[in-house]
Amino acid sequence: MDILRISDLRIGFTIHGLARDVVKGVSLRVPPGKTVALVGESGSGKSVISQAIMGLLPRAGAITGGEILFRDPLKPGTSIDIAGLPSEGREIRALRGGRIGMIFQEPMSSLSPVHTIGNQIEEALQLHRPTPKAQARELIEVMLKRVGFKDPHRAFGFYPFELSGGLRQRAMLAMALICQPALLIADEPTTALDVTIQAQVLDLMRDLQAEMGMAILLITHDLGVVANMADEVVVIYHGEIMESGPVEDIFRRPRHPYLKALLKASPHFDMKEGERLVALREARTRPVVAPRPAAPKNAAPLLSVRNLRKTYTTGSRKFFGKGTLSTVVAVDDVSFDIRRGECLGLVGESGCGKTTVSKIIMRAVTPDEGEIIFDDGQARTDVLGLQGEALRAFRPRVQMIFQDPVSSLSPRMTVMNILREPLVVHGRGEGAEQTARVRALMEDVGLDPRFLNRYPHSFSGGQRQRIGIARALALDPELIICDEPVSALDVSVQAQILNLLKDLQAERGLTFLFISHNLAVVNYMADRIAVMANGRIVEIAPRHALFTRPVHPYTKALLKSVPFADLDRKLNFKLVAPGGASDSTHWAPAFRREENGPELAHLPLGDGHFVLAQAGASVREVA
Amino acid sequence: MLLQYILKRILVMIPTLLVTSALIFTVINLPEGDYFETLAAEMQAQGEKADLSRIEFLKKEYGFDKPPVERYFWWVTGLLQGDMGYSFEYQRPVREIVGDRLMLTMVVSFVTIIVTWLIAFPIGIYSATHQYSWGDYGLTFLGLIGLAIPHFLLALVFMYAANVWFGTSIGGLVDPQYLNQPMSWAKLWSILEHLWIPVIIIGAGGTAGMIRAVRANLLDELQKQYFVTARAKGLPPGKALRKYPLRMSLNFFVSDIGDILPSIVSGAEIVAIVLSLQTTGPLLIRALQSQDMYLAGSFLMFLSFLTVIGVLISDISLAILDPRIRLQGTATK
Repeated sequence: MDILRISDLRIGFTIHGLARDVVKGVSLRVPPGKTVALVGESGSGKSVISQAIMGLLPRAGAITGGEILFRDPLKPGTSIDIAGLPSEGREIRALRGGRIGMIFQEPMSSLSPVHTIGNQIEEALQLHRPTPKAQARELIEVMLKRVGFKDPHRAFGFYPFELSGGLRQRAMLAMALICQPALLIADEPTTALDVTIQAQVLDLMRDLQAEMGMAILLITHDLGVVANMADEVVVIYHGEIMESGPVEDIFRRPRHPYLKALLKASPHFDMKEGERLVALREARTRPVVAPRPAAPKNAAPLLSVRNLRKTYTTGSRKFFGKGTLSTVVAVDDVSFDIRRGECLGLVGESGCGKTTVSKIIMRAVTPDEGEIIFDDGQARTDVLGLQGEALRAFRPRVQMIFQDPVSSLSPRMTVMNILREPLVVHGRGEGAEQTARVRALMEDVGLDPRFLNRYPHSFSGGQRQRIGIARALALDPELIICDEPVSALDVSVQAQILNLLKDLQAERGLTFLFISHNLAVVNYMADRIAVMANGRIVEIAPRHALFTRPVHPYTKALLKSVPFADLDRKLNFKLVAPGGASDSTHWAPAFRREENGPELAHLPLGDGHFVLAQAGASVREVA
Repeated sequence: MLLQYILKRILVMIPTLLVTSALIFTVINLPEGDYFETLAAEMQAQGEKADLSRIEFLKKEYGFDKPPVERYFWWVTGLLQGDMGYSFEYQRPVREIVGDRLMLTMVVSFVTIIVTWLIAFPIGIYSATHQYSWGDYGLTFLGLIGLAIPHFLLALVFMYAANVWFGTSIGGLVDPQYLNQPMSWAKLWSILEHLWIPVIIIGAGGTAGMIRAVRANLLDELQKQYFVTARAKGLPPGKALRKYPLRMSLNFFVSDIGDILPSIVSGAEIVAIVLSLQTTGPLLIRALQSQDMYLAGSFLMFLSFLTVIGVLISDISLAILDPRIRLQGTATK
């Protein structure tokens, strides 16, 4: 008997008086103890279905047809049609949190910032299973221990902001599972987490599922996660089920063109040299015009960064004495070169300092020490020494593409104004000339110049990101820093943007510093890759060398944690270090700096492959 | 941790008050001349012969022949010892003139704040949870009317209406017989009898603004993911609303306490003149006009003190309400 059986479900939304169906006759089932993955891109209606199961549809939405049957294994022989229950009634509230638990994407915003996690977990317990205080506390501490808190007694009194993202998601899991639900709905549970943390949380979910025998409805857009977690897969597109079945069938014999296209659009590690992703729809139809010849190998690097160091001071200053002030080294002795026409990938988990490095190059943050030389072949510029007018004249040469295509474009400016602004600021050309330039930019990124009078909100995420790219190109920069340019986009759009960036690079001879936490994306884009951990570059190597012969334990852990959309290469969850991959105490001694020991040095391994290790360590020792 | 925070906040008050006192002193001294010259000019204008030697004597007596810096220090040391100075115009210590009025000002302000909150919160919560319903529209409309009508106009209308319909004069805050009398039950009752009209008038605009603010803040919080989490746990809607979004939206109002005090006091001043309340407003305006240095200065200092105390209260309550402020030591948005 299936725990959950949805048949012919229809959900309509009324916005500005217009009724619109977002879920059009969806049927799916969740068998007991199994994981069913609901896969689709943003706007496909997958989250709306999960809200309908919980009876938490927004006010504008309503179930217009079909049924959601929930069969509680504790009450065999009975079933409840959730679609027919009054919203906010007693029955649906007894199911929510009691028999159906739910966890969400953003572990920070899903927990109340002003209540302790113990308080929030206890609330769920007391609602469905009233328990004496002391006993409840015991139960919760057992649960916190189970989800991976080392000191559950102290963890009970923690506030969410005192925890890391991974621990917050663990606390969320503890809250959803404290009443031992029959079904857990996980809505993009690991999308906001770093890969190594993602592997740990996914592992935890599988273990708990085996222990408690619950079913999981996993909502995600990541086919890699699906391949590693799901027993059955349901693919949804525009509110309709495209394909569903056991995970083996779906991955080995995809039938529906949408699913086939989706599998082809995601970058993976086995791509051949020069192989191109197949986007569902390319950004522009025209081929690359006259690719520029690559710069000679022995030319001086375009950008050379030496010994950057930046520290931040955090904590509170006490009125008397030093208080809890502590210094965090965000960027520690970072050096690298970027050759003209090259794409250097910069990889690392959140908080490793990669964004700070990009801000230093942009002169948005001033480092404590270090040197940056920008060499365009004619003159060498000391970037950190620039002041006033010289700095202003230099700024067009380095531009940036941002992560969030929504907040990086002003909602009050038309696309024309957005693209023209850099030209106006730097006094490039006059009225008509600027307009012509803007129209050419639009065509370069594959957008119709007729859209120039529209505002950003009338574009999709991918289109907005293309506007952001056009803006970065407006001043003909030599170096473009791409800070996670595709991590907010769906897989299908991601391929389109990556291909566009590649084409533009070939056409204009651009140089990229490509920052990302997604190794597959970096693998597709970069010529060389630098891996950052705890503010330092721990390994830097040509792309191929890094992926085939990783040396540093952190790089190895990163590579091991990436879930592949391939059933034959499932993650080995148990290999991931328990405290997070960047915790240097788990690294082999050759990569750790001993207290009062000598500074670590970058050890050459040949072919431009360097690894951070103890100065005396031999190549054999680290390999 | 919390005690340390409070101590720190209190210590910060000291430089704040010092700077404020210097500012007040400077501003009052800015116009040409002083009280005595104004007095002489007024007497001459009224055709009286000014006793110049007497004015010279007074100037010396009150230290007006000394440099302003010295007078400032005299004034501040006096304030610290509870001596608010001497009013030239009334020829009495400032404390005697102001005492009763200060008390009444505080009563009016305090009651107004409480009434504003008591009315605004339930209405704001209703409006937010029933967004775009008829109830929301109706209450919004009423609130906008309250916001749009100037205080003094409302005061005039109330006075007229009370006179015509109830045949009572609502001017004043106590019956004249109790003015400058020691506090008694009868006096308290008389205050309460008169209090509701100024409270309604002064509170009208504030309440309307507060309703809009509660509604907007709560609407923001209702969108937040943690509210969905709370409902996904199976919490009944009312309980979920009270524990999570309402608590979060409180932050805004608590941090607003510091601002409310002075704005209510200043809004009350004009109303006070219209209704001829015996609060401090009319007195202050008269004192400023005649450059009655110590009366005006000490009085403004008292208002500043109230404001600083308001900010202190709001900071401490914020620290209690929001662990992020308490534990991180820095405010988060």
